[in-house]
Amino acid sequence: MDFKSSERATGQQLAGPRSEDVLPETAAAAVKVVIVGGFGVGKTTLVGSVSEIRPLTTEETMTQAGVGVDDTAGVAGKSTTTVAMDFGRISINEKLVLYLFGTPGQERFWFLWRGLFEGALGAVVLVDTRRLEVSFDVLGRLEERGVPFVVAVNTFPDAPNYPLEELRGALDLPASVPIVECDARSRPSSRDVLMTLMRHLHSLAAPTEAP
Amino acid sequence: MTEPSGQEWDEGGPERLYVITGGRSGSSAPTELDLVTLIVATSGPRPGMQPEQADIVRICHRPLSVAEISAHLGLPVSVVTVLLSDLLAEQRVTARPPVPPAQLPDIALIEAVINGLQKL
Ligand SMILES: Nc1nc2c(ncn2[C@@H]2O[C@H](COP(=O)(O)OP(=O)(O)O)[C@@H](O)[C@H]2O)c(=O)[nH]1
Ligand SMILES: [Mg+2]
Repeated sequence: MDFKSSERATGQQLAGPRSEDVLPETAAAAVKVVIVGGFGVGKTTLVGSVSEIRPLTTEETMTQAGVGVDDTAGVAGKSTTTVAMDFGRISINEKLVLYLFGTPGQERFWFLWRGLFEGALGAVVLVDTRRLEVSFDVLGRLEERGVPFVVAVNTFPDAPNYPLEELRGALDLPASVPIVECDARSRPSSRDVLMTLMRHLHSLAAPTEAP
Repeated sequence: MTEPSGQEWDEGGPERLYVITGGRSGSSAPTELDLVTLIVATSGPRPGMQPEQADIVRICHRPLSVAEISAHLGLPVSVVTVLLSDLLAEQRVTARPPVPPAQLPDIALIEAVINGLQKL
């Protein structure tokens, strides 16, 4: 991490958001949706596909015994790890703003979840069929915490192509949880994933009527 | 975050963080700030303001989430939260809290999001 700001030469101003990225004065409240999955599953790509701003990164420092940080870039052997969360933004209307946060799914990053799932509308569990095992922990944890979620299978060209119902079985997903395929690089496809989550949330809130 | 204690940290970073926040940690901050609480400045930066707080006031001339402030400043959310607590106490900024969790799931809200997404 680079904490250069307090050393910045006087007169040199922090850029801040570009003028076209500024929210209107009327923006009154925001809501969150969390995209969760293993490294490289396409979280940042999905966020970037639908976000009105270029995805931003917030970092948090994790101090723990130096175990199991092998796949966090450039931190091997250190006991302090910087974990990045990428996020994007969609202005829903002049008052309401939706933020999308991508967060790693492995259990050792669950400390990030504290402030993240508090008040979140729900989650998208992004799955790579080449590494299904990463999803088990996440699915269990979300169920435990009562966070509503849908599962989106990011279709990589070299990944085995299982029928969705077979994946539902492999992931032990209840029939009530939607599972869809997506291409995280595509805006319509990523938008449809969010729409699937919203329709699911709608059905949970109003079981008798569909939107 | 745990209290800064020296050896557990990367070189360079935490000492500076400690200076920026005056040695306080986020957990003692009195204000409840969510990642998506929107922050709006009440006026421009003042001469003599701490640089990071002046940055916040400057970039929050329009509403900006705590997460975005963290990203633009390149500081962890826990540090930004401490800086914001002071600015809030001094009424240099106001906070627009997110839709309260107890109010979720809210049908009207979900329908608004669906309508918004349809326009993407
Ligand atoms: N073919 C293909 N590649 C993808 C897709 N989604 C992401 N990628 C690529 O996979 C890599 C990892 O994606 P990223 O979004 O950074 O994953 P993250 O670690 O979950 O944030 C990047 O090189 C992407 O371009 C997809 O749907 N199809
Ligand atoms: Mg990423």
